Amino acid sequence: MTVQQPDPRSPETPPAADLPAPPIPALSLRGLAKRFGPKIAVDGISLDVPAGSFYGIVGPNGAGKTTTLSMATGLLRPEFGTALVHGVDVWQQPLEAKKLMGILPDGVRLFDRLTGEQLLSYAGLLRGMDKDVVAARAKELLAALDLGTDAGTLVVDYSAGMTKKIALASALIHAPRLLVLDEPFESVDPVSAANIRDILDRYVASGGTVIVSSHVMDLVQRMCDHVAVVAAGRLLAAGSVDEVRAGESLEDRFVQLVGGRSQTGGLAWLRTF
Amino acid sequence: MVAHLLRLKITLLRNGLRRSPWQLVGLVIGTLYALGLVSLCVGGLFVLRQGEIGLAHTVVVLGGAAALLGWAIVPLAVSGADMTLDPARFTTFAVPLPQLLAGLTLGGLVGIPGVATSLVALGTVGTWSRNLPAAAGALVGAVLGVLSCVLVSKVMTTATAGLATSRRFKDVSAIVFMIPLVLMGPIAAGIMQGIAGSGDFLPRLAGTLSWTPAGAAWSLGGDVAAGSYGAAVLKLLIALATLAGLALAWKLLLQRALVTPPYGGTSKPRAGGLGLFRLFPGTPTGAIAARSLSYWLRDPRYAAALIVVPLMPVLLLFQAGQTGSYALLEFVGPLTAFLLAWSISSDVSYDSTAFALHLASGVRGIHDRLGRAVACLIVGLPAVLAFCVGPFFFTGDWTRLPGILGLSLGVLFTGLGLASVVSARYTVAVPLPGDSPFKKPPGNVGQTMAVQFGGMGALTLLVAPEVGLVAAQFITGSPLPGWINLFLGPALGLALFAGGVRLGGKWLDARGPELLAQLAINR
Repeated sequence: MTVQQPDPRSPETPPAADLPAPPIPALSLRGLAKRFGPKIAVDGISLDVPAGSFYGIVGPNGAGKTTTLSMATGLLRPEFGTALVHGVDVWQQPLEAKKLMGILPDGVRLFDRLTGEQLLSYAGLLRGMDKDVVAARAKELLAALDLGTDAGTLVVDYSAGMTKKIALASALIHAPRLLVLDEPFESVDPVSAANIRDILDRYVASGGTVIVSSHVMDLVQRMCDHVAVVAAGRLLAAGSVDEVRAGESLEDRFVQLVGGRSQTGGLAWLRTF
Repeated sequence: MVAHLLRLKITLLRNGLRRSPWQLVGLVIGTLYALGLVSLCVGGLFVLRQGEIGLAHTVVVLGGAAALLGWAIVPLAVSGADMTLDPARFTTFAVPLPQLLAGLTLGGLVGIPGVATSLVALGTVGTWSRNLPAAAGALVGAVLGVLSCVLVSKVMTTATAGLATSRRFKDVSAIVFMIPLVLMGPIAAGIMQGIAGSGDFLPRLAGTLSWTPAGAAWSLGGDVAAGSYGAAVLKLLIALATLAGLALAWKLLLQRALVTPPYGGTSKPRAGGLGLFRLFPGTPTGAIAARSLSYWLRDPRYAAALIVVPLMPVLLLFQAGQTGSYALLEFVGPLTAFLLAWSISSDVSYDSTAFALHLASGVRGIHDRLGRAVACLIVGLPAVLAFCVGPFFFTGDWTRLPGILGLSLGVLFTGLGLASVVSARYTVAVPLPGDSPFKKPPGNVGQTMAVQFGGMGALTLLVAPEVGLVAAQFITGSPLPGWINLFLGPALGLALFAGGVRLGGKWLDARGPELLAQLAINR
């Protein structure tokens, strides 16, 4: 079940060269592990995300999804293991690796006393991009994410969904080859979510790689072509969505893999009112 | 139910301590401080037992009224000071209102301020333990007084809760409250002078206050001791009516608050505009400088530091007016340089987890350090230069200017360099983004004090040459050390600044993720 299929759409696949070298995965994790005090948050996760794939990471709350993604993107130093982005080691050559990645971390603040447009420009300029390019892209991104009318509002006054969208825009502005999005659809309204999905689909179609974490199974099943199931800091299954769900719905398969659906027999008093 | 609410409050306090041993250290320090104050007050109250009745009465009534005023004002300044038992959190539990009120009132007494006020109030029983009726009167007065204190703070927080959730009100109130706080010295001195001018002012004030809700409860013991039972009965009625009125007001406000969800304030949609980003070069350093400068102007936590700057010369001018000597005023330049430069030592802590953007973008440490320092310089350099030259228009002793100028620039650049190193490695406990600058910050009080004092000690050592030269000029009276300082200060300061930015940048490159992990603990 932990076999990864190289995606045929991958731009990394050499076009019938005389040296058929194996394609370099967009993200390659080997034995990542992290402990917080006595609690082992991530217990040796190895995973290959093929270039050009739309990869979902699912798991119950507290499974270690966010910790794994933080270690993969250079935000949290792993105790063991390595993370390679398009063959560049995140922890040996952090600056080179971070150029390739756009990151939407979950549960971190933004510089929210900037206006939406300022925050977006800030994210671009921090990447060393040209000022005019940043300005043009910021305008386009704000329009694409329905934030155009609120470009001059301070991010601190944004709603939760708008905040998520501006953070997503900040991750996109430097046109990364790999997008790592932690819970990108949380509190985003359905219309904006559909817009975001369109943007991400087009991005993947043109060769980019997207990794999203979520616990909305339906969304992952519809949107992603690959999926990994994580629970209690371990990788339970990974591969193409059809492989992992093995004929069932992803949600049923997920519950089988993760377990924990046992004690719903009790609570008889709940039906007595 | 009341017992439940009390137990909840105590559990919340205890669990707060469990998050880190440093929390305990902070609580112990706070407790020791409060204990010192309380024993001083209670001791004083017992000494008053021997004193004349009129004097004791004046002191107790004025002290009690001041306590009431404090309980009314402090929660406003520290918006959301103690929201552990925020009534809004009980909305969904359908707790009967009378029991909720009683529980929240008693819950308000749990904690350092509540316990300290109660102990001091009980100390007044000691003052009036001249005979049994007086002591009994004082006891009743103390209970009523303390309950009024808690209720008045509840009324104030509930009444302003709607306002307090609006960001604009929070931002503005935090800064407005800063001004009287900084000018506390001159204001207090002014009041004292006024009092000294009219000898019987205080007893008359106390006499008047004792007939108002502010002082009636505190006056009971004294009136009984003086034998004016009629007045005591009337004041007991006033105190009871005060309590009932406060409770009623709170109940009405709470009833309204529980069914009206907090209103976040509106902001009109506004089209873009890059603001300060337009003025800075489009490089990482330039962007960071523009962002930092925007924060200096927009974030009340920075603005609170900024508003102290123009008040500094006011303070020192007042002091000069009192003493007739402008000696201290001459040092307003170096003092401002120190305050501003050192303020960026907690820059990364102020970012909180927003710092993740710098880390995720692969910003080089040196760009991060330099951008923040440049923003501080843009604010600080003009202020420091003006404050260096300004005082000499008062003193006229221009020979000292070169030395002071050298010292100020030395302190400014050295401080920025040192702060760049310190904030790359250590986080300190600061109010979170969006919180009031006065709010007690969560987290590591012990490390904060170690970093602050250690850093200031190091800064003192680093600017020792400049300080020495200024001292030499003041002692010998020769202008030569001053002129040397004018060149040595900036030269040495700039060298240390360059070194600090470089070293801080190197540390940041090496330990960025660890720094973010420290910041994440307190979010």
